[in-house]
Amino acid sequence: MTALFAACAAVLVLSAIGVVVSRHPVHSVVGLIVNFAALAVLFLTLSAEFLAMIQIIIYAGAILVLFLFVIALLTVGSDPIERTANKLPEQAGQAVIAGLVALGFIAWGIQADWTPAAAKAAPDLGTVGTFGVQLLTTHVFAFEATGFVLLVAIIGVVMMAGRRETGARS
Amino acid sequence: MNALLANPNAKETIVVAIESLVMIFVVMTAFAYTMLAERKVLAWFQMRVGPTWCGPWGLMQPAADAVKLVLKEDLTPVTADKVIYKFAPALAVLTALLAWAVIPIGVLPNGDPIAIANPGPGILFVLAASAIGVYGISLGGWASQSKWPLLGAIRSTAQMISYELSMGLAVVSVLLLAGTTNLAGIAAAQSAHHFWYVIPEFIAFIIYGITATAETNRAPFDLPEAETELVAGFHTEYSSLRFGTFFVAEYINMITVSAIATVLFLGGGDGPFVAQFPLISVLWFVLKICFFIFMFFWVRATLPRLRYDRLMAFGWKILLPVAVGNLIITAAVVALVRA
Repeated sequence: MTALFAACAAVLVLSAIGVVVSRHPVHSVVGLIVNFAALAVLFLTLSAEFLAMIQIIIYAGAILVLFLFVIALLTVGSDPIERTANKLPEQAGQAVIAGLVALGFIAWGIQADWTPAAAKAAPDLGTVGTFGVQLLTTHVFAFEATGFVLLVAIIGVVMMAGRRETGARS
Repeated sequence: MNALLANPNAKETIVVAIESLVMIFVVMTAFAYTMLAERKVLAWFQMRVGPTWCGPWGLMQPAADAVKLVLKEDLTPVTADKVIYKFAPALAVLTALLAWAVIPIGVLPNGDPIAIANPGPGILFVLAASAIGVYGISLGGWASQSKWPLLGAIRSTAQMISYELSMGLAVVSVLLLAGTTNLAGIAAAQSAHHFWYVIPEFIAFIIYGITATAETNRAPFDLPEAETELVAGFHTEYSSLRFGTFFVAEYINMITVSAIATVLFLGGGDGPFVAQFPLISVLWFVLKICFFIFMFFWVRATLPRLRYDRLMAFGWKILLPVAVGNLIITAAVVALVRA
């Protein structure tokens, strides 16, 4: 278990570094795929089966495919599109400080017990059945609200795309 | 799945490793003879005889093909993205084999499923493996850095993400009836009353069949490698074993989607005499897979290739609404019956 965590954590950190330092966007996407796969394995070690599978299906399987689709269309040719000087070294100091501050907030957040006893998660929340029941009973308001926000985004996209098409025709 | 991943017991790890090797060997052999069967069946459809020279009835043809592919020169275009170009075929075959870790191929005499692992979210694992299956083709096509593979890869990506939605909705309709996401549980729910879900979920069965053909890039949905327009599509630049690996991945994908269709719609290993001799369920399972694979050959021999815009319009404007409607009706009926 500890060995598995160490292996996944190492892959996660290395692939995340790879995403940032790659000079070519497609290599960054490949790094992100590896990152998401290792993250899914970490979720499995925490008994979050549903989260692990959805992580792969939605993020690695759908969203990153879309990233790759757009990048592959835009960057035919193996030369990196980014030809300006590498700005990462001069930003490293600020990034490290920001990262440490974020880490401090996370450490502060997880050591405190924020949730009241009644709202504690069920012990087998990670399984598909329990997660689904909880999502549609206890957390149904948050679930529906998220759905509503996504619906607004979809309608907005359709409006913008549709308007441009009629404009081009006239 | 946790038991498999976080296994403290080394003995069990070794058992799983051996089971996996046996499964890979079986699936690879099945691939070789599926390929031969396709050439034979297509030949009969076209009033030819097919391969006959290697061994009796051409049975050694897969071995001859393998030797031929290994001996060919392995070419890499100078402009190619070397690392991704070399890694992409392996990724394609890896994702094709992944689903076999959870597919139950029958039942043991004590009622347990015959599978390497039997995780709770088994069908989600299969959908996840299928979701990342697109990367082998899209990365391989992009890394070749020439126009035909890139066009093939872009077509393939668009096609797979379009048809994946309808496939997922068809699968969810079955999950509503079975009440579980465990693959062995879905098969057991059907064999308990010998009531296969192909009967109540016939629409979902048809949708799954169409989307599975599109997901595996088989004719009439083989636009990513449409020879008349794109030379050979995403694998134009590949040669030797790397080309062969893409070939292996395509056929294993075909066997995999057939096995999943068998579990979801045809009751897995359910059939006559299974109650008396449980191990015969493996035979029924294999026969049902053979039925689906023959359907793949039949469709390829019969139907012409779709036009690309028609393919997209069919996926989004016909398949998806029908799949959503079928899901809503299934949900309503299941809710009424349970109430």
